[in-house]
Amino acid sequence: MHAPGFRVAHSTRSSRFGMAGFALLVLALATAPFWAERSDLRLFAEIFTYVALASLWNLLAGYAGLVSVGQQAYVGLGAYILFGLAIFAGVNPVWTIPVAGLVSAIVAIPVAFLIFRLRGHYFAIGTWVVAEVFRLLAAQIGPLGGGSGISLPVSTVTAIAETRQMREFLIYWIALALLVAILGLIVMLLRSRYGLALTAIRDNETAALSNGVNVIRTKLVVYVITAAGTAMIGALIFLQKLRVSPDTAFSVNEWTAFVIFIVVIGGVGRLEGPIVGTIVFFLLRETLADLGAMYLLMLGVVAIAVMLKAPKGIWGYLAERFGWELFPLARRVEQRKD
Amino acid sequence: MEWINTIVQGILIGGLYAMFAAGLSLIFGVMRLVNIAHGDLIVLAAYVALVVVETLGINPLMSLLLVVPVMAVIGYVLQRTILNRTLGDDLLPPLLVTFGLSVIIQNALLELFTADSRKLNAGPIETASIEILPGVSLGILPLAQFVMAVVVIALMQMVFYRTGMGRAFRATSDDQPVAQLMGLDNRHIFGLAMALSLAIVAIAGVLLAVRANFDPSIGPARLIFGFEAVIIGGLGSMWGTLAGGVILGVSQAIGAKIDPGWQLLAGHLVFLFILAVRPQGLFPKVQ
Repeated sequence: MHAPGFRVAHSTRSSRFGMAGFALLVLALATAPFWAERSDLRLFAEIFTYVALASLWNLLAGYAGLVSVGQQAYVGLGAYILFGLAIFAGVNPVWTIPVAGLVSAIVAIPVAFLIFRLRGHYFAIGTWVVAEVFRLLAAQIGPLGGGSGISLPVSTVTAIAETRQMREFLIYWIALALLVAILGLIVMLLRSRYGLALTAIRDNETAALSNGVNVIRTKLVVYVITAAGTAMIGALIFLQKLRVSPDTAFSVNEWTAFVIFIVVIGGVGRLEGPIVGTIVFFLLRETLADLGAMYLLMLGVVAIAVMLKAPKGIWGYLAERFGWELFPLARRVEQRKD
Repeated sequence: MEWINTIVQGILIGGLYAMFAAGLSLIFGVMRLVNIAHGDLIVLAAYVALVVVETLGINPLMSLLLVVPVMAVIGYVLQRTILNRTLGDDLLPPLLVTFGLSVIIQNALLELFTADSRKLNAGPIETASIEILPGVSLGILPLAQFVMAVVVIALMQMVFYRTGMGRAFRATSDDQPVAQLMGLDNRHIFGLAMALSLAIVAIAGVLLAVRANFDPSIGPARLIFGFEAVIIGGLGSMWGTLAGGVILGVSQAIGAKIDPGWQLLAGHLVFLFILAVRPQGLFPKVQ
């Protein structure tokens, strides 16, 4: 239904600046292999994967209200699909990344059928049980090294690209492309009717339901998309590492705890939150990582402090204070010029 | 005979799982909070017991006299200073804060006690056993632990339905604003509930420490066992939770008997199966 003379505008002045800046940044990052050091490239690629994981978790928890502590299930699943296909079927590892996404989307449907029966907090622990089941099953796959894991054979690694330099460039570009694709997909999803439905569910599930929003289907769509994206990133992460084992692939600390802390510190329920959070996370890590367990402990303290003192995170605080918005997600009714 | 033995051992370990679950379901019942740090608090209790036993040189079971009140105080303070501030309509804050606590406890224990496995020695009682059937013998210690689990659950049932504190718990659980209007201080009631929960955690932690090796990283798995026992048994039912723990223990024992790699997997699969066919659990009390 279109009221005459009005339209819904998404972009604001700050989001136009944001998008222009974002486009410039992506261009600059795409040329990084020509000007950055090897170690910087690796760091950048790692940052991209964490921004992607955090954005996906934020979509799931911050927008759909599905607070999962078991997303490592899909990181690990993606990694194991990559290693399985590359080692047994001889598929070029790069091409297994989309397959990992597709297979994980299919796996996520029956999983959702089971864990959607658990409400709220219990849903969170349910996702964790699923991740544990995946981990224990992966440890049973003898040909993939069982509990101790396996490395990618040299022939498979050289099939990606002949030289190590080209391989590193390629993986870097894939990481950047995947991140841009995932962020683009999330923006499109949030601007579509699903986005409107999600916002309604986030604000009041009962009210959304009574206004005809299909709550379960909307949540299912988000859960499946998130699973696919997380698995593709998982495959990519372990393509960088060239070695997989159940404990690293399904690590709750690395793929869920860090990701949750990133989103909480940056700002839950805002697209910019995970980006800001990842930058803070890596700044902390680069300066404090030598502290080992103390570093993790401090990260936990910071996350709790943010949750209690500024529950909307760093970006939430800035956005409310200055009205900033980098992504064109708002909906405002404007009078048509014509 | 071997199979009967396996099942009996499974039932006995189920008592321990029920105790992991009891504190968890108490907190959920009273304030709708799922404490992600529950498993790590069990491990923390085990380490508190370790310190008490090593400093005073007493039997681990005697250390309960100290560990239980210490953990109860920790629970009350934790609830009043941090957790009460996270409660509300939003699911995210309590979940994320307890998740943060879990990471903090794990890494603090790692920093203080290293990653080495520890165990508490309860003395000759550990190896004592009685033969109930030819070829089937019960360890005195596992049997005592199971009896303790039953006693703890019976006591909780009594506290809940026979005491003023239990009435306050139930009133707050049913309707917080009305309970407040009747003069109950929710913040204090929640503090008491967490104190009681951690008192049970203390018993579970000491029993765990006597029974098996422990290190700072094993908390999350205990949380998951407790959670599975709660869901299998059905929300809100204490005896159901005991049944859930026993079912989980027996499943794991049977899985381990088939293949050692299947011990944990069998427990999880039984949990998922029950979730699929009977999501309200076997003995639900609340809908």
